[in-house]
Amino acid sequence: MFLQAKGVTHYFGGLCAVSDFNLNLKPNELIGIIGPNGAGKTTIFNLITGVYKATKGSITIDGIELVGKTPNQITGLGIARTFQNIRLFKDLTVLDNVRIANYSQSKYNPIEALFHTGRYDGEERRIANHAMDLLAVFKLQDYADEASKNLPYGLQRRLEIARALATHPKILLLDEPAAGMNPNEIGQLMEFIGWIRKEFGLTVILIEHQMRLVMGICERIKVLDFGATLAEGLPVEIQNNPKVMEAYLGEGGDL
Amino acid sequence: MSKESSDNGNWKNWLSRQWAKIVTNRKLLPVLLVIGLLLSFAIPQFGLLNQYIVLILIYVGINIILSTSLNLVNGYMGEFSVGHAGFMAVGAYISAILTTKIIPDSLAPWLFPLVVFAGGTGAALIGLMVAIPSFKTRGDYLAIVTLAFLMIVKSLIENIEVIGGPRGIPGITRLTTLPWTFIWVVIAVWVIRNFVYSKFGRGVLSIREDEIASDLMSVNSRQVKMLTFVISSFFAGVAGALFAHILQFISPRVFDIIKSTDILIMVYLGGIGSIAGSILGALIFTILLEVLRPLGMWRMVLMPLVLVVLMIYRPRGIMGLREFRWFVPGYDLIATNLWRKKKEAKDVSTS
Repeated sequence: MFLQAKGVTHYFGGLCAVSDFNLNLKPNELIGIIGPNGAGKTTIFNLITGVYKATKGSITIDGIELVGKTPNQITGLGIARTFQNIRLFKDLTVLDNVRIANYSQSKYNPIEALFHTGRYDGEERRIANHAMDLLAVFKLQDYADEASKNLPYGLQRRLEIARALATHPKILLLDEPAAGMNPNEIGQLMEFIGWIRKEFGLTVILIEHQMRLVMGICERIKVLDFGATLAEGLPVEIQNNPKVMEAYLGEGGDL
Repeated sequence: MSKESSDNGNWKNWLSRQWAKIVTNRKLLPVLLVIGLLLSFAIPQFGLLNQYIVLILIYVGINIILSTSLNLVNGYMGEFSVGHAGFMAVGAYISAILTTKIIPDSLAPWLFPLVVFAGGTGAALIGLMVAIPSFKTRGDYLAIVTLAFLMIVKSLIENIEVIGGPRGIPGITRLTTLPWTFIWVVIAVWVIRNFVYSKFGRGVLSIREDEIASDLMSVNSRQVKMLTFVISSFFAGVAGALFAHILQFISPRVFDIIKSTDILIMVYLGGIGSIAGSILGALIFTILLEVLRPLGMWRMVLMPLVLVVLMIYRPRGIMGLREFRWFVPGYDLIATNLWRKKKEAKDVSTS
């Protein structure tokens, strides 16, 4: 099994944010996590990436335990993410944003950095070129020297994905990538996610509110409500699940 | 009247063009460094400037090392450390003990660079110890941790009789010369510049911007913070060693919170996150302090007032977050253009 979560439970003080969350992710899968506000979706991302330490349970990737590891170690194992509210390094340039994500990929030590000797030069060139190539893939190359806060909203979202990919992940966690987008842009985003998944050979977990996006591209969907897993299955199954409809729309609703 | 103003405009244009030429000409920097080094030897040798001015130049140099190294923590990393005088004290005491008690007088001038290095290394080790609580704290809390550290250093020195206790160490030989100051300033600025323009330096910047995001983008924030503290305190120790050997007398009172505030003023005056700013800040602060000497105690009112005005109108300092092109490594300036040219060449050859 690729990424596996077993009985993951997390408390904030006395409040149970996530209870008994299980996940078996296969390579190249694209799964969606949906649920009403406060259902614990983002908490699950924070637990997987090590921002929070799970109170109970275990999360493993290729058999390596993730609970207790620091976020940068977990990123090093091939898990990258974006954020619900964009968290770029605002005052830094677009190029630097991507280069920073290359931290663990740059192979030189502090001594070489302090005296700009040894592998420093070659590695810096490689990283700059790699970052520019990546920006070109996302059509951001013309903004490379611009401070990232000056980009329009849509491009900031794209840059965040580019930055996450610069860490060379196997698994990409997207936290509400369609937030603040109009239907037209959501259509483009759907194509875009499908494309990067193929291009970079990624496994994707997606948190989203936009039903159109989730139902359109996810192969499997998990529904959370108040931290508990409400339902799991194919998009069609989820759409017709009475429990899900009740959680979202109240009794007698229709999705 | 109108002709006159346009003449004036032309003249200004010409001046700014010349300035741009100077700033973008990178070959000038090594030339200036060599001239500077030669001058630093020539000035005391031939008595080109009077003793007082040479002394001020040495203080400017020491202050440049201090402000550049503190800027690493306070400007680039966005933390708030007030413990810089403490690291300085460690460097000053280690070097002063070495030259007054251990190394014979005849050898001291020859071993002086090693003595300064030892002072820096001692301070760096202490910096490592301060870095560890800083993993858990940020902002105001780190300020308190470093303040506590400063108090510990001061009271430790005061209570160890072997190193003079509250009376300090008198009779230190004056070993800090203009050339040595110049060389150490160049080393400090160069090494800190190199650090800032490396993956570790970018890690430092990302910690300032958003520590959690930076950790999630694979930056090892512990490693980066530790390195930053070690380098910053190393150069504070170096500056302390140079300072001890020009002042010729050190006591715990020299390295109190006022000394730390002086360095803070230089950093915030010159501009956070900028090496050029740190140099400018140290230069302005030191010279202003001397120029205003006739005002007596009023200069201690004036300097903070300057800082208050600055914080209101330019909260990031004179150079805040901007860098003089000479300090940016050549490759960093042209990386994107180089890539574009390569790409164009490739596109042409494929089509």
